[in-house]
Amino acid sequence: MRTFQGKVWVFGDDIDTDAILPARYMNSPDPKELAKHCMEDADPDFMKKMSPGDIIVAGKNFGCGSSREHAPLAIKEAGIACVIAGSFARIFYRNALNIGLPILESPAAAASLAAGSTAEVNLQTGEITDLAGGHKFSAAAFPPFMQELIAQGGLINFVKGKV
Amino acid sequence: MEQTLTEKILARAAGKKEVSPGELINAKIDMALGNDLTAPVAIREFEKIGVEKVFDRARLALIPDHFVPNKDIQSAALAEILRRFARQQKIVHYYEVGRMGIEHALLPELGLTLPGELIVGADSHTCTYGALGAFATGVGSTDLAAVMATGELWFRVPPTIRIIFHGQLPRWLGGKDLILYTIGQLGVDGARYAALEFCGPVIEKLGMDARLTIANMAIEAGAKAGLIAPDEITLAYLEGRAQRPYTALYGDAGAPVAREFNWDVSDLEPQVALPSSPANTRPVSAVAGTAVDQVVIGSCTNGRIDDLRQAAAILKGRRVHPRVRLIVIPATQAIYLQALQEGLLETFIQAQAAVSTPTCGPCLGGHMGILAAGEVAVATTNRNFTGRMGHRASRVYLAGPAVAAAAAVAGEIMHPAALREVN
Ligand code: SF4
Repeated sequence: MRTFQGKVWVFGDDIDTDAILPARYMNSPDPKELAKHCMEDADPDFMKKMSPGDIIVAGKNFGCGSSREHAPLAIKEAGIACVIAGSFARIFYRNALNIGLPILESPAAAASLAAGSTAEVNLQTGEITDLAGGHKFSAAAFPPFMQELIAQGGLINFVKGKV
Repeated sequence: MEQTLTEKILARAAGKKEVSPGELINAKIDMALGNDLTAPVAIREFEKIGVEKVFDRARLALIPDHFVPNKDIQSAALAEILRRFARQQKIVHYYEVGRMGIEHALLPELGLTLPGELIVGADSHTCTYGALGAFATGVGSTDLAAVMATGELWFRVPPTIRIIFHGQLPRWLGGKDLILYTIGQLGVDGARYAALEFCGPVIEKLGMDARLTIANMAIEAGAKAGLIAPDEITLAYLEGRAQRPYTALYGDAGAPVAREFNWDVSDLEPQVALPSSPANTRPVSAVAGTAVDQVVIGSCTNGRIDDLRQAAAILKGRRVHPRVRLIVIPATQAIYLQALQEGLLETFIQAQAAVSTPTCGPCLGGHMGILAAGEVAVATTNRNFTGRMGHRASRVYLAGPAVAAAAAVAGEIMHPAALREVN
């Protein structure tokens, strides 16, 4: 049962992968190097302000743009516990699941969670609680296939089991 | 049940009679692609899986194009990972500097992306190959690792959105204007998770270069793929080029689609996407007079021979404005050579443009033309997000090669037809 609480950082709609991890830092594939620049072009001071366990909340189409897995890798390695968004861009959605970065799609939670507040997230049920006002939101459930993928710890383990 | 082109291709690849939108399938991959930025991550994951050989050494293309010729020591190390893996696995389609090109221009040119095929690449603009009637989509590095090991991948069958262009495309307009207009209408997530299918009389008259430009930017509307059904133009392009036998597939005429748009483009102006979104599209007259510091003509969107011809037609006998830096980057070595033979390179150099060996370079803010704070560029590339081409405070306007070349000469954005009167 994975339930955790984290401080909320709020971003807008259409946060693209160039804002999450600018291409100028992609000359390194090392997640630790990438994490140093997480969200840099959306908020240059983000990495100075955030702490591991915090939660990113964003509007619609989070992660649009390039296919760079470096983007979810940077977020995961920075210690962000999960990303809650109104919706996710397609390749980002795949990549996050494939590498085991928890993501939750909930337009209502994304619209209502305020910067600096604390949210509680239950990954199993997809339930999100705004601890400020006690409001509860439920994120869209993953299709069974994705649940299996997540249960096995991402795509690489899933494939390992098959070959 | 009637099926769209997307459904036909995915059903074939999954070994099924038919598939429907929303269905999860496991499908066989005809061609896979990685580059110098995404493949090193994929190789790391591939090695964790523990299989010795890639699924098919002739169906995995590894193309160093983003940060090559190596821009710094770290990117040299990335290219080295790719090179070593390509040698060790005896990868057939690995192309070194001097033989390479930007991946999405190179693969179709080499006849490696074919009608009816299912193609994935660890690069979002893999959707380019949909112009040939393939289902081609961008995936992440971990996805690519799984394909390298098994030759298969999971997909959710997308709904189809059909775009029908009617009328007569005016002079100075091309594939870029059609796709920018489409993205402007749909928004950056208007086609999220969907396949865009382009058709109608305007598409039927376009050459392959313009079609590749259109499919290339389907991702900018959030789409999973952008497809154009094969026709005589496609088949003629593939004649003597296709490296594998293929079976073209076609959608059924009555196949139901999620949405359909009918647009008459007879009165369309050249389109420009303003900073900082490809969906922030306006007719060129709305931004005419915007001063420009740099113009880039190239990329997987508009670095093909037809694009260079259009730019050269405007630059011939003219000079780049003294305040402007024009950078022209042919997308592949073959295009570079053809531009040389046709005299286009001479036109560019006489006009005082910098002409470079093929590379992604400035398109993603890598090298070869990074913008300083406050600078403004017009680029024939596909993304103008904040910081995409350099400093966060630089601004990029996206346009086709005619508008870009006109901006280079005028020093400001203007309709290419207006240039005639100025000079
Ligand atoms: S030219 Fe630009 S968009 Fe195309 S593959 Fe290279 S970096 Fe990506």
